[in-house]
Amino acid sequence: MHIPDGFLDAKTIAVASVLSAAGIARALRNVRRTLTPRKVPLMGLASAFLFVAQMINFPVIGGTSGHLLGAVLAAILLGPDEAVLVMTVVLAVQAFLFADGGVLALGANLFNMAIVAPLAGYAVYRLAARPARTEAGRLAAVALAAWSSTVLAAAACAGELSLAGAVAWPLAFPAMTVLHMAVGLGEAIITVLVLAAAVKARPDLLPGFAARGREDGPRPIKDVLIYGGLVVAGAAVFVLPFASKLPDGLEAVALRLGFASRAAARPVVSAPLADYRVPGVGSLPLAAALAALLGAGLVFSLAFLIARRRLARVRGAERAAARKTESG
Amino acid sequence: MKHESADRLSRGESPIHRLSPGLKTGAVLAFILAVTLIPFRAGAAFAAAGALLAGAIAAGRVPASYLLKRALLLEPVIVAVAGMALFQPGGAAIFAAMAVKSTLCVTSVLVLSATTPAAGVLAFFRRLGVPSILTSMAALTVRYVHVLGDELRRMRRARRSRTFRRGKARAWRSASAAAGHLFVRSTDRAERIYRAMSARGWR
Repeated sequence: MHIPDGFLDAKTIAVASVLSAAGIARALRNVRRTLTPRKVPLMGLASAFLFVAQMINFPVIGGTSGHLLGAVLAAILLGPDEAVLVMTVVLAVQAFLFADGGVLALGANLFNMAIVAPLAGYAVYRLAARPARTEAGRLAAVALAAWSSTVLAAAACAGELSLAGAVAWPLAFPAMTVLHMAVGLGEAIITVLVLAAAVKARPDLLPGFAARGREDGPRPIKDVLIYGGLVVAGAAVFVLPFASKLPDGLEAVALRLGFASRAAARPVVSAPLADYRVPGVGSLPLAAALAALLGAGLVFSLAFLIARRRLARVRGAERAAARKTESG
Repeated sequence: MKHESADRLSRGESPIHRLSPGLKTGAVLAFILAVTLIPFRAGAAFAAAGALLAGAIAAGRVPASYLLKRALLLEPVIVAVAGMALFQPGGAAIFAAMAVKSTLCVTSVLVLSATTPAAGVLAFFRRLGVPSILTSMAALTVRYVHVLGDELRRMRRARRSRTFRRGKARAWRSASAAAGHLFVRSTDRAERIYRAMSARGWR
């Protein structure tokens, strides 16, 4: 998902860079408020860890392979503000020292993978974990959050490529989201397994995770508004101009929410290729969006069932072992 | 390890190596900006950019084999993204232009990292006003990414040499367990690094 240089134009890079800079500035402010000197090496090592974890490749359908993004993993292990900074450092080092992802396109890559992925992913986690009373429910929430972070980042990436006129929206959106619905499964599985292994080895690192879903109190409303606003602004600029051109369903939603007139009245953000009719793929974006919604439900239910079965088996084994030591 | 060569190359000796890191980083940024702004059909401009880059490679004595190896690693991504453009009207021209642009940009960054130590690039960004938290984190990342990578490899090798069971599910689980333990080890290492830094008068 790392966009190389040469694909994006100046306006897309400018908009994405401004949004990313605003998000990073807010994260820096929040982290500085609770920053102890001890935390700097921890976050540096966390970046190095995520860098290495991203090298774990897994096969995806059709001979392609995906790798871990780790945004939700970082957000749950360290906190959402810290995750923004850690992802920022990982992406910047990759861009400047390893030529992985463009240097000028860094603003866009930061927006997708250091802003949208950790923040939207963490929001999904918090919302889904809140009603969960069991560990299985919380692990399912982690899986859903990891999967969503990948798909949402891919959708933002598709929007940027379309806005820049590189790839037409009716192609970019379905191609990116459907591929990353598959990649997201790997992300979900690895995130859950890594988190479970880390919690098992050192329960003190995440005291809240095993006991409750909410490891810290509610987020300050200002953070929710600023971070949420940035993600929504990104969606409005990168996705809405194309989505509002779709027939029926989404059009109606856009009209009702009052977005449609605004989107249409801003020729600055319309992509040169958006109006091309690609034969036969006109309804693909809508189908992809529906598939994403269905997929989210499926990922959550599957993860929940698997986690419940596994946890039950582990607990059973533990109880059996305990009985054995008692009687023996 | 495959990344070591950039580190070693960057400590080499050539007219390009002697230039200040800030100047080189700025030049690469300007080069990439210029390449990004070239119109899709301006063949002469692409040729000029390519010639400039070739000159820098020759002057910096960057081995072609190194560039080729690293570029081949990144090229599939470029082709995959640009490939989506093939399925639209006039796609072939867009595809070709984007592939050439990206290749030029990727190569210029590879030349930068092969002729400039990471510390120099980081110092440049610190002078530009990038917050010290971010530059410190980046410096630690650059320093420890190989250490952690080797640690993960050792853990996986140890695991492989002690178990005989096969199967995809087990492979996934053991890889993830290794990564989970790697995180735990990273936090321990961060604690040791913090003590070592404090002992040497950091903050």
